[in-house]
Amino acid sequence: MAGAAQYSDERAREIIAAHMGLEGPAMPILHAIQKEFGYVPDAAVKQMAEALNISRAEMHGVVTFYHDFHRAPHGRHTLKICRAESCQSMGAERQARAFLDKLKLDWGGTTPDGALTVEPVYCLGLCAHSPSALYDGEPIGCVDSERLDEIAAEARD
Amino acid sequence: MAKVYIPLDMAAVAMGADKLAAAVAKEAAARGENIEIVRNGSRGMLWLEPLIEVETPAGRVGYGPAKVKDVASLFDAGFLAGAAHALNIGIVDEHPWMKKQNRVTFVRCGVIDPLSVAEYEAHNGFKGLKRAFEVGPAAVVEEVTKSGLRGRGGAGFPTGIKWKTVADCPPGQKYVVVNADEGDSGTFADRMIMEGDPFSLIEGMLICGYAVGASKGYVYLRSEYPIVAKVFQAAIETAHEAGWLGKDIKGSGFDFDVELRIGAGAYVCGEETSLLESLEGKRGIVRAKPPLPAHVGLFGKPTVINNVLSMATIPMIMEKGAKHYADLGVGRSRGTMPLQIAGNVKYGGLFETDFGIPLGVVVNEIAGGTRSGRPVRAVQVGGPLGAYVPVSLFDLPIDYEAFAAKDSLIGHGGLVVFDDTVDMSWMARFGMEFCAIESCGKCTPCRLGSTRGVETIDKIRDGLNVAANIELLKDLCHTMRFGSLCALGGFAPYPVESALRHFPEDFRKPALEAAE
Ligand SMILES: Cc1cc2nc3c(=O)[nH]c(=O)nc-3n(C[C@H](O)[C@H](O)[C@H](O)COP(=O)(O)O)c2cc1C
Ligand code: SF4
Ligand code: FES
Ligand code: FES
Repeated sequence: MAGAAQYSDERAREIIAAHMGLEGPAMPILHAIQKEFGYVPDAAVKQMAEALNISRAEMHGVVTFYHDFHRAPHGRHTLKICRAESCQSMGAERQARAFLDKLKLDWGGTTPDGALTVEPVYCLGLCAHSPSALYDGEPIGCVDSERLDEIAAEARD
Repeated sequence: MAKVYIPLDMAAVAMGADKLAAAVAKEAAARGENIEIVRNGSRGMLWLEPLIEVETPAGRVGYGPAKVKDVASLFDAGFLAGAAHALNIGIVDEHPWMKKQNRVTFVRCGVIDPLSVAEYEAHNGFKGLKRAFEVGPAAVVEEVTKSGLRGRGGAGFPTGIKWKTVADCPPGQKYVVVNADEGDSGTFADRMIMEGDPFSLIEGMLICGYAVGASKGYVYLRSEYPIVAKVFQAAIETAHEAGWLGKDIKGSGFDFDVELRIGAGAYVCGEETSLLESLEGKRGIVRAKPPLPAHVGLFGKPTVINNVLSMATIPMIMEKGAKHYADLGVGRSRGTMPLQIAGNVKYGGLFETDFGIPLGVVVNEIAGGTRSGRPVRAVQVGGPLGAYVPVSLFDLPIDYEAFAAKDSLIGHGGLVVFDDTVDMSWMARFGMEFCAIESCGKCTPCRLGSTRGVETIDKIRDGLNVAANIELLKDLCHTMRFGSLCALGGFAPYPVESALRHFPEDFRKPALEAAE
């Protein structure tokens, strides 16, 4: 994601400390870590395990359970394309496949220039405007192949 | 000063509402028109989004779907006074789509400024809570039970019974948890109410906390809803400032706080025990029941967990009384259901109606058939774990029991319409694939069965030993149905079996082609 900070143990510890007053702080911490650094670095997982007093394996298990958390940096921009049933009823699957083929990517892949990561998402709650997508957090309804191409071009600049 | 409404609803924004609002503000300034823009929730006529509304003496006049390029012509035509224009849909409340509904849960959604406590109160807000304070906790539980309200999250469990279980636990730390994970394809009602009328959810949680003796509430929201997160967080803060959250609420002696938590893209975390694990900061692995969350819930404490719609309907039940609600509906499905009409439809949106309306009426009359203009072939009702219903069953009424009798479910009330180009063996394969992707991994039938299901359907689609593989697939579905701990593995067979039952020709395509 654009504008992610360089990882530092010190910053990770600050983020963790800021959430330790919460009941069950792990998920809010993980979201805050990913927001700050763009991903969840192994070093941060280690810091979290220590702070939460659980094993690293256990902490690692939490991170890997959730589709949203990734353990390596993503592209500068993220496009999530919906592939759930409602969007499929409007041809989303074929459209997404063609788009991925054009970029020579598979789901979850990042373009070689590091500009764009394309991920699947299973419903955005925009099912009356299928097919839908989310580009860097911005919702897009009735997305067509032209719009997808525009996004790929926009991401490159 | 003219009052103009432009929704902040995510679907409206996905169709350009933010840019539209900016353009309207700019154009008004350039023309020296003094206007106030209110970012409201959506009225639910989603095919008209972004829908601009202007307040006129005759009522609110709507213009939609409006694009930035329409702004100048809207001003030219005099839309601020409700004048004629190609996009004019007339008085919004008089629109046939609105008139045919019975808005109970959604009565304020799209009407008020979602973040104005004053408007919420002017539209009967907090009356239910005030009445709860008057009658006392036990009477609230009684009232909710009598209303016949059943959980809108999918399972349809009676809400009053759940509350009573928690209320009957000895005093001490208890929790109210709201399930805003809304993962089902074809559903968006939780999203809409939280964007359009967030105080109704907060009021519902307050009433629940008061009734069961809990002082803390959590809302677990899926991460795919960034606008809800913003609006709801602002609503919590606003409610605090107005004295509707915090200590000794309005002099009642009752303390209550609400905290918003964000999920991380796991569908299974909508299952209540998986959700609790996630809130506790763990992997979202489903817990075996018993113990019920009502006895041993969040952090081991007695916990009410309800869907957003169930909770947001409570204020109205307390305000108007159980009977008012229980008088609506059919059989054991009391009250109203906010249906979500989606997929390949002409008119998609939120349509709240008494239980009992036939499915075909919703699809053909309300939704206006397909957007593609082709014939309807199937409707998936109740999300990814719901059955595909063929047109021959269109007289099925929206009613929990009627659907169950046909091995189908209503779930959270989503209807996804498909036209005749749909390939049902592909949709069955997708159902299995989705289960494999989202399985929490605790049980073998769900974790491995779903992957075996994908492989088997692939073979069928390739025309390999079709008859034998269909039998294998049916066996697999049976094993998953009866050998899974939760409804992800247990109901994933519904779409597959219904596709096999109602659309067998789609599983024999290679054979048919070979025979030709
Ligand atoms: C796989 C799975 C996903 C679920 N997802 C949701 C969901 O997103 N929202 C929801 O309210 N209930 C969901 N449920 C149902 C919940 O387990 C639970 O029944 C519900 O939150 C109870 O609230 P209610 O009685 O108000 O419906 C899901 C169940 C399963 C098995
Ligand atoms: S059925 Fe699937 S999701 Fe549910 S508990 Fe078992 S493995 Fe987990
Ligand atoms: S299925 Fe794609 S937005 Fe709901
Ligand atoms: S562990 Fe659930 S069926 Fe085996």
